[in-house]
Amino acid sequence: MPLTGIEIFKLLPKTNCGRCGEPTCLAFAMKLAAAKAELAACPDISDEVRAKLEEAAAPPIKLVTIGAGNRAFKIGGETVMFRHEKRFENPPGFALLIRDSMDESEISARLERFNQLEYKRVELTLRPELVAVKDESGDRARFEATVSKVKENTDASIILMSPSPDILAAGLKVCAERKPLLYAATRDNLEPVASLARQNSCPVVAKASTLDELARLTTQLTDSGVNDIILDSGARSLRQALEDQILIRSTALSKRFRPLGFPTIVFPGEMTDDPMKEAVIASIFVAKYSGIIVLSDFQGESLFPLLVERMNIYTDPQRPLAITEGIYPVGNPDENSPVLITTNFSLTYFIVSAEIETSKVPSHLLVKDTQGLSVLTAWAGGRFVADTIAPFVKKCGISEMVKHHKLIIPGYTAIESGSLEEELPGWQIMVGPREGAHIPAYLKTWQP
Amino acid sequence: MNLEIPKTAYNGRIKEIRLGKGDKAVTVGGETCYPFYLFEGKMPNLPRIAMEVWDTSPEDWPEAALEPFQGVTGDPVAWARKCVTDFGAEMICLQLVSTDPNGLDRGADEAAAVVKNVAEAITVPLIVWGTANHDKDTEVLRKVAEVNEGRNLILGPVEEGDYKKIGAAAIGYQHTVIASTPIDINLAKQLNILLGNLGVRDELLIIDPTVSSIGYGIEYCYSVMERVRTAALTQQDNKLQYPLICNVAKEVWKTKEAKPPADGALTLGDTRKRGILLEAMSAMVLLLGGGDVLIMRHPEAIRLVQEMITELAAPKNN
Ligand code: B12
Ligand code: SF4
Repeated sequence: MPLTGIEIFKLLPKTNCGRCGEPTCLAFAMKLAAAKAELAACPDISDEVRAKLEEAAAPPIKLVTIGAGNRAFKIGGETVMFRHEKRFENPPGFALLIRDSMDESEISARLERFNQLEYKRVELTLRPELVAVKDESGDRARFEATVSKVKENTDASIILMSPSPDILAAGLKVCAERKPLLYAATRDNLEPVASLARQNSCPVVAKASTLDELARLTTQLTDSGVNDIILDSGARSLRQALEDQILIRSTALSKRFRPLGFPTIVFPGEMTDDPMKEAVIASIFVAKYSGIIVLSDFQGESLFPLLVERMNIYTDPQRPLAITEGIYPVGNPDENSPVLITTNFSLTYFIVSAEIETSKVPSHLLVKDTQGLSVLTAWAGGRFVADTIAPFVKKCGISEMVKHHKLIIPGYTAIESGSLEEELPGWQIMVGPREGAHIPAYLKTWQP
Repeated sequence: MNLEIPKTAYNGRIKEIRLGKGDKAVTVGGETCYPFYLFEGKMPNLPRIAMEVWDTSPEDWPEAALEPFQGVTGDPVAWARKCVTDFGAEMICLQLVSTDPNGLDRGADEAAAVVKNVAEAITVPLIVWGTANHDKDTEVLRKVAEVNEGRNLILGPVEEGDYKKIGAAAIGYQHTVIASTPIDINLAKQLNILLGNLGVRDELLIIDPTVSSIGYGIEYCYSVMERVRTAALTQQDNKLQYPLICNVAKEVWKTKEAKPPADGALTLGDTRKRGILLEAMSAMVLLLGGGDVLIMRHPEAIRLVQEMITELAAPKNN
């Protein structure tokens, strides 16, 4: 548990020497408790106390960095079971599986897909992070060659998968600077795999077949100096795998049970042979707590929905996704095209621009900064009312872009139309439909 | 350190409700734990899927969604029969799309007759979904209730703006009410209280939290559903202890992502499979949020979700 200011104070030297920049030890303790100071600022703290404070301050689920470079990312660091309690912090990584027994051409095709499958959604780029290279040949040279191919052809973070420490070492040799994730340390190979992880400062997966055994394994790993650990509970039935994901998280959060305080990895492709089913299983683990999801293949039809789902579930409920204020052309609008205004909540923008696209009537869409709030929410909060809309319309430059001066506002803000006409002299305010779905029908009747 | 498994402190239970009549009636609800947290409690009735039937030929369904129903989409009775006999539907949801005042604006009598024909053609429970236009739904759903007296249809959406008249008709003619509010736990609770005061019995009410698909705000629905379940199961909030229904298919298939990409982008993969997966995954997220009844469209998406339900509840072999 995080310590309170008073609890921290009890551990400090209590000399009030002031070298930390605070007048008293108590003041420093309070700042520490609020995470507004660094422990290192006090020169007189004993190692023992330091260890104690660091242990208490450590997050219940370790934040682990996977990979290095372009596609490096962090997982773990989660603090809640339900996103409405606060938010989910670090979205799971998606890994593409490559078996070293595959044909050259198949491997190339997969790597090409890895590189190509990325999507723009509003202002975000959605793409996968990892390639998992699995030793099936039992042949060091073959594994090594496959790993180099992955390294040379992609900027992916890499997972090296083999039961054999020797083969893992061979793969590591080729891609050590990518800080690959080693899969996996088990009861049978713990020491050699742990030492590879230590020597190369790589994260490592601990794999067991029960949670008890998993906890023992991670304790051995941390005792041996390996701290960046990912958990594979070994479950390959859907029911058991879900249960394990939930229990690992709840044990770490509510019992502060350190041995399970790490992110997890799951393998939907080992739970079914049907790619469609695999994708739906993966969607369960996006919502329910996985850190890395390894897929037996990447195809646009399944990767795209998964990436969007991930973005949705990991959106901060208190800080909706927002887009930049401005004028957005939809289609190729000209000086006679309609002008519509909406808020900068990315979902609102997304729906409205899609509906305008559907209408096939090229339009200018004005997007007003409402700090990411939807139309009604922003209106209720006073951020999307005549007083704030009018100045934006004046300064955004739309007046010079169109000959007509007609502004279509969302139906839900009909009540603002009178004041808007007063505050925007020369503009005619038109009340559009309430529902986005009715925009196409409405726009089809547009006359400049 | 010894591994000690934490337990959620449940103190509530979702009410069990029986949908439809006779042998094929379906019971939902009764959960004593979060969805599929079977290590902590029970789900005596697993979630069920209703297959969607429209009362008029759909104009804007993508090819992939239409294909399984070729030849019957102009005839709701044949369509419903096909769902039951060919696809094993456990329930049907008749969407009264044609009554939309912004569309065909078909009248109440005609709509009620169609509902009756469909109800007579099948023995599985029948959900009837209006257009969320208060005036029109009041007219149509009251008539539907009357003409189908005693069948225990499941009628909705019943909203704050029209609950009195539709609720009264449901009580009078013995149907179940779908209490519908826009993604807000407080509004949901409030409407349930109002319906209770009106006289709707607990076993005749199901909550529609309003849902959307992946990419269109599903996270709000997911979180509201989770909050409803938390309140119901751990805070003894008995006005939220009802099963949840999710009218998800129509939200999925109207999105542009479920259709062929306008720019022909290859990165989106196979259009048919993508539509099916968007539907199945959206449904899956809603199941994890607490959905008890899902209204779905594509038989393949339904199969996928049914297999998930079965596997998530499968007996453990270790
Ligand atoms: C999620 C939510 C929130 C989130 C914010 C999410 C966000 N990014 O906005 C949070 C929790 C922060 C929030 C806060 C508040 N909310 Co709020 N919130 C909602 C909720 C549940 C959903 C809103 C949403 O995301 N809608 C989806 C988007 C896409 O809809 P939209 O922007 O309106 O766009 C649609 C249309 O307007 C149209 N459209 C959009 N642009 C345009 C443009 C043109 C030209 C046209 C023609 C059409 C068009 O197309 C879109 C698709 O149909 C609604 C209830 C509901 N279900 O509507 C309440 C709701 C909007 N909130 C409400 C209120 C009162 C508030 C608060 C003031 C207090 C409160 N109750 O919490 C605060 C204010 C926040 C602030 N600080 O200022 C009320 C507003 C009541 C009213 N009529 O004034 C609502 C309706 C709930 C209710 N019934 O009480 N809220
Ligand atoms: S530097 Fe350390 S001992 Fe000195 S006042 Fe600050 S906390 Fe106290």
